[in-house]
Amino acid sequence: MADGRREPGALESEIMTVLQHAGEALSTAEVRQRLGGELAYTTVVTILSRMHDKGLLVRTKAGRAFRYAPVSDEPGLAAHRMHQVMNGRPDRDTVLARFVETLSDEDERRVRELLEGR
Amino acid sequence: MMDLDGFLPLVLPAVMACAARPLSGLLPPRTGTWLLTATGVALALASTATLAVLALGGALRLPLIAKLGHLSEHVLHHATETSPALATVAGLALVASLAAAGHAATTHIRALLDGARTARGLPGEGILAVVEDDAADAFALPGRPGRIVVSTGMLAALDPAERDVLLAHEHAHLAGRHHLFRTAAHIAAAVNPLLWPLRGAVTYTTERWADESAAGTDRARAARAIGKAALARNRRPGLSHPSALGIGPALARRGTRPGPLPRRVAALLAPPPPRRGLLVAATVVLVVLSVLSANDGAIDLHQLIEHAQAG
Repeated sequence: MADGRREPGALESEIMTVLQHAGEALSTAEVRQRLGGELAYTTVVTILSRMHDKGLLVRTKAGRAFRYAPVSDEPGLAAHRMHQVMNGRPDRDTVLARFVETLSDEDERRVRELLEGR
Repeated sequence: MMDLDGFLPLVLPAVMACAARPLSGLLPPRTGTWLLTATGVALALASTATLAVLALGGALRLPLIAKLGHLSEHVLHHATETSPALATVAGLALVASLAAAGHAATTHIRALLDGARTARGLPGEGILAVVEDDAADAFALPGRPGRIVVSTGMLAALDPAERDVLLAHEHAHLAGRHHLFRTAAHIAAAVNPLLWPLRGAVTYTTERWADESAAGTDRARAARAIGKAALARNRRPGLSHPSALGIGPALARRGTRPGPLPRRVAALLAPPPPRRGLLVAATVVLVVLSVLSANDGAIDLHQLIEHAQAG
């Protein structure tokens, strides 16, 4: 904490940890205070809004200031993660055991016939 | 002397390549998964060993190696095991196959680790992660613990009994560690490209394995669940859908072989598959022949070296 010149990525993950442990949305001042209070206010603002732009944080207007919270428990992020998993590299197919794959038109007709044929 | 049966380990994978798909449909899925995976791994090892013996045989003729091993050049030059042309081809094939295997192993391990990380990060506490998404999709993600991911779109497409089939199916994948079989088949196919059809065959038998575990006593219900899920998934074609890529008509030609899904549904509508002991035995014989032949090649080379050291 004494060293003010940290990697931007390291600061992001520190802020993420702070917000995840807070259990509530925090204002910029609160985040800054919980980081040890050595960082410039503007630095914290910049990083928070960058994380918001990346879709890592949600923010709500509280009075004049924004309050930030991680989106990790939001369905939106989960869906985002799922798509990342599903549309990953082709070798993912061995890892992901998918219930059903996409059908060709011909196979779709075959499945319909099988289900209706009973 | 080197006879033609020394090449058996290089040829038998081609036989397996033709047999893989029929075997995957005929055998009980659990037996089929074990047999096809073990066959793939054994044949890949045997063909690699054969290439190594051929390459090594040729290397013996290099003056430096002959000198180091105190080998008689006269003996070596009259042995067909040491054909330089054959050894060069075998050596190149060996290097290529080991490189491909290494690459396949790394990408699969990386994908498994990525998957496990994603599994940990998914919402929810239990094994099931429901994801808000209209597109119907569901899959199992191996990890510690593994997770089953189901979209709300998929849940909406199925009735409660069918959802149970879906969950039991994905659970069977995780419990049976099916990803390991698939990974092994992929690496075997990277080692020897003739074994390529085994990948699809093992993927299919693991799906069937999970289907059979999930079916329980009501096979028709399982068939319906799988069929309905597939049709629901097709309702929202993503980029992976053939028609979205403009190649739909080509793939949809009448008379093409049925893909895995209609085969799975048809298999569940039919009675459970019989044991097929003879078929299993025949495959095992094929693999044993291949391994013995690779071993013969190594013994021949060993004898040649001893002969050359004595001469």
